[in-house]
Order: sequence, then structure tokens, then C-alpha cells
Amino acid sequence: MLQKHADYIAAYGNKKDDYEYCVTEYLRMSGMYWGLTVMDLMSQLDRMNKDEVLAFVKQCQHECGGLGASIGHDPHLLYTLSAVQILTLYDALDTINTEKVVEYVSGLQQEDGSFFGDKWGEVDTRFSFCATACLALLGKLDAIDVDKAVEFVLTCMNFDGGFGCRPGSETHSGQIYCCVGMLSITGRLHHVNADLLGWWLCERQLPSGGLNGRPEKLPDVCYSWWVLASLKVIGKLHWIDKDKLVQFILACQDDETGGIADRPGDMVDPFHTLFGVCGLSLLGDDKIKAVNPVFCMPEEVIQRTGVRLQLL
Amino acid sequence: MSDSSSDEGNSSLEWVPYKDRETWKDVDPVPQDDGPNPIVQIAYSDKFRDVYDYFRAVVAKKEISDRALELTKDAAELNSANYTVWHYRRILLKELGKDLRDEMTYITKTIKRHPKNYQVWHHRRVMVEWLNDPSQELGFTAVILKGDAKNYHAWQHRQWVIKEYNLWEKELEYVDELLHQDLRNNSAWNQRYFVINNTTGFKQDVVEREVKYTQEFIKKAPNNESAWNYLKGVLLDFDLHKWPGLLEFCMKLYEERYRSPYLIACMVDAYEEMLEQKCGEKNSVLSKALELCNSLALEYDTIRSEYWNYVSRVLSNKFGEAPVSKPVDVGS
Ligand SMILES: [Zn+2]
Repeated sequence: MLQKHADYIAAYGNKKDDYEYCVTEYLRMSGMYWGLTVMDLMSQLDRMNKDEVLAFVKQCQHECGGLGASIGHDPHLLYTLSAVQILTLYDALDTINTEKVVEYVSGLQQEDGSFFGDKWGEVDTRFSFCATACLALLGKLDAIDVDKAVEFVLTCMNFDGGFGCRPGSETHSGQIYCCVGMLSITGRLHHVNADLLGWWLCERQLPSGGLNGRPEKLPDVCYSWWVLASLKVIGKLHWIDKDKLVQFILACQDDETGGIADRPGDMVDPFHTLFGVCGLSLLGDDKIKAVNPVFCMPEEVIQRTGVRLQLL
Repeated sequence: MSDSSSDEGNSSLEWVPYKDRETWKDVDPVPQDDGPNPIVQIAYSDKFRDVYDYFRAVVAKKEISDRALELTKDAAELNSANYTVWHYRRILLKELGKDLRDEMTYITKTIKRHPKNYQVWHHRRVMVEWLNDPSQELGFTAVILKGDAKNYHAWQHRQWVIKEYNLWEKELEYVDELLHQDLRNNSAWNQRYFVINNTTGFKQDVVEREVKYTQEFIKKAPNNESAWNYLKGVLLDFDLHKWPGLLEFCMKLYEERYRSPYLIACMVDAYEEMLEQKCGEKNSVLSKALELCNSLALEYDTIRSEYWNYVSRVLSNKFGEAPVSKPVDVGS
């Protein structure tokens, strides 16, 4: 089945005349990161056109240092991180001007420690993760005020032990992933109430085995990954029913075309294919490379960068 | 996580491609640049390509005009998640000195069609800021939340407006109304916490009121995760077992044969506190706690059996006569 998933991803990148491919231009950089990462996890990165990817990434950098989702698109922290992740996979950071990237990212930090996603000023703990992850991969965490950044993330901690987008926002699995990851990168996981948060996270598992993002929501492969990765980081992965989750992810595969969907029977896409494969990796599938729970990249790549993470 | 970004707009009855429009004759469209690999484009929707080829051209020459503003509307309709379109639209609105009231009407309609899109909400927020007028926002978000009570963007927007413009006054009333419609609405419980935390704070009398309030909802639906989490949340700085009537409240439900994992978990928490604070007869408290953990692991919350075995192990090791090295699995 992994072979089919790899074929699906390889074909996806070549269907440039497709409507679907074209309407996703606004997130192309992240799309590439999803596809390349999942290929690397399945040991098939060499099937992708490296030169083409690097040339594309290079063209997406703006004068300010940030990168856009595609050529001519405005720079944004989300796509800047995706670009840095892609270049880290290929060990090709010198493709872009990384000094300018550092300048761009650190320039988005605000007085209160939070980060704007771009010059338009939206604040979200996702961006705190993007900034710290990006700088950690570049070995330049000291370019921002880490204490302040942590302080802001902690103001987004809720009464249930989880995290939201901004102070007071409802707890959400995706945001937990970002905040826990951010605290792992900065070595501040002791601020997390691991028992309370771990309980909330393992409450996400539903009878189908899949995990949801918030109470009373449907299970979803991407949320399963975010919950699972967060549990891994706080050392509580064993609290959920792993076999049932594996069954759920496998049920989301399309046996004919390859690829993984958000839930059984839905249309597959590269996004859920990546998170499904990552989930299987964390759950111990030895045909897949070990995945790093914070960066969502192969563990061997993170080892090579020398980035140190805290895990509980 | 997926936005319905690709649904075709039907804003005009008869669509005339930009390339065939007299008013756009002076502009050379800029096709999408996907890097070095030249591709034959076939299946790709003609309308989408037409609009975006002209959008790229307009951005490239930084054209500030009414027709460019109209063009961003078409581009946003075809893909409301394209952030560059919204960025450019805001530049145009400013430069052209447009009436932002009209823009509010437009974004209201757009959000109703794409309520789960990040960009449209951000655009609205900027308009509220530029107009410095939050008067429509509580009503508008309420309309959206009527359609989807958990829409994260709508809640974010609502919280921002309330905090930014000090609109706390009637919010608890609104939350109460929502909870009476759906007592499992986690977003509403969160909003309740948000409001209290930013107004009165959780002083003793407020906590007392909130515990009573939550208990009423738990009585109606003992297996409501959100209510239990809220209860635990407001009591985070207090001892559960010392809170007047709480343990009795749980016991009563338990005796009425309710076996909600949240109920039992709350009892386990209370017993654990008692053990830690040396309250009650140690062995009997411990054995009650272990018994509950086991019933959860084996019967009432089997999917989380690993979790309950863990709690049970921790309790035994910490408070048992001799450290127990093996997980307790009675009856298996
Ligand atoms: Zn999903």
C-alpha cells in the first residue's frame, strides 16, 4: 500500500494541468512540503524533481526575506516555514538567503512576544510555532526574544490544559500541537500540565479509533496526527488505543488510487496522506521512517540538523 | 480543515472572460508560473485561469483602479483562501478611498458563503478597525454561529470585538442561551470562561455560582464532556473533595446508576486528593479509587484502558502498603 501512496503523490505533482492543482496555487509551498516529506518518509524522495523544487523555492523569496506560497504571492510565515522545511529535507538551505529569512521572521515578533503571520497583523499561536521552528532549523533561535515568545504562548493556555489561537480562544488540537511543539523547541515543556492536557488529548479518541480536534467533532486523520504528536511530545502516547487508531488510518486509505483521506470513504489528498503516514510512523510502522513529532519531518533529517528538542 | 474554496461563483448571469472584455484590452494577462517545467494546460477551468491571469497582470503593474477592485471580487469568489487577493483588495480600497460601508455589506455576504475561511474573517476585522465601528459584529457573529455553533473563526472574531471594544455586558446572557440550546457546545463553555475571566474573575462567590450552574447541566446530561471539563476548570485551584456537596453530587449520580467516564474520573480525582492530603481512611479510599479505575479500564472507558491502568498504577505505587509493580487488572 505504501507504494501506491508514493505513486499517488508522485503523480499529483505532475498533474499541473489539473484544476485541483491550479486552485491550490495559494498554498503551493506547503503542498510541496507535504508531498516531499511523505515521500522521504517512504524512502522515495528521489522520485521527486529536486532541481525544479529548489528553483521554485528560490523564486518565492521576497526582498524582505520572507517567502510566499508561490511565485509572485506575498510572503507569509506559514510558507516561509514550509520552504525552510523543504530545503532542510534536501540539505540545501543555501538555495535562499537565510540571513534575510531570519530578519523577516524576527521582524514579525510583537511586544507581547506573539508573532504576526505577515505584515497584515494576524496573531495566532500557529505563528509562534512557525517562527520558532523556522529559526531552530536555521540555528538562529537567539534572533528572537524566546522568553517573551514563550510567555505569550502560555497566556493561550486554557482551563482544560490545552491551547487556543489567542488568549481565551477555545482549546483546539491543532493549536495544542503548535504550542506544545513551540515549548519543546524552546525547552519549556515544564509549563505544561501534562496530566491534564494528556487526559484532554486522549479524550479525543472516539469508538472508531480516530481522533477529533475538539469535543463533539468528527474524527479526522489530520487531527489524529496533531493529537498523537502532542501526546508523544508530552510522553503520554501510550494512553490511547494504538491498534484502533491504526485501523482508523488504514480505513481512510484509497486502495485503488493510493493516498489517504480525512475519514473513511472521503476523497484523498496530499495533506491527509502525509498526516496519515506520519501517524502510522509514530504508531510504530517499521516500513516507514521514524517521524519527528515536532517538525513533522523524518527524524534522521532533524538529527542531521543538530536541533535539540525537549520531550517529556 | 478543508475550505470550500473552489466552488464556482455565480455572481453574474453571463460570464464574459476578461480576455474578451473591451475594458481590459490594454492588459496582457500573466499566466501562472510553475517554474521551469512547461505544461500543456487542458482540464483547468477556463474561468479560473482567465481571472487569475488578469489578477497577476494587475498586481504586476500595481494597477489602482475600479476595474481592479472588481477583478479582486471575482478572484476572491473563485478562491476566497487566496490571501494575496485580499491583500491587494485592501490596498485598492485605501488608495481609491472607497466607502467602507459598502465593503462591510460585501464581506458580510462573502462570509455567509465561506464562513470557514480565514481570510474573509481577517478582512472583516480590518474593516471594523478602519471604520472603528463594532456595532454589527455581535449580531453578525450570532447569525454565523446559528448556522455552525462551533465556527472557530466566528468565535475568534467575536472575542476580539468584545475585548477590543469592551462589549462584555450581555455576553454571559448570550452564552446561557446557547447552552440551553445545546449543552454540549464546547465553544460556548469556553466563552463562558473567557467572559468571567475577563470581568469578575473567578472569586469565591463566582466559583460557587458556576459550580451550581454547571451541576444543573450535568444533571441533565451526565455524559457531557464539556460541562465536566468546565467544572474541573473552575475548580482547578480548589480541592474537589472539600468543595461543599461536590462529592455527594457525584455519588448521587453514581447511585442513580450513571456510569459516565467523566463522572467516575471526577470521583477518582477527588479520592486521589484525599489520599494526598491524608483525609479519610487510607485503605478504603485507595481501594475505592482503584476499583473505579478498573471499572473504567475494563468496562466504561475501554478505549482509554491504558490511561486508567496508568492512573491505577500510580495510585497503588504511591499509596499502597507495598509498592505494586504490576498493573492491577482485576477480572481479566
Ligand atoms: Zn483533516
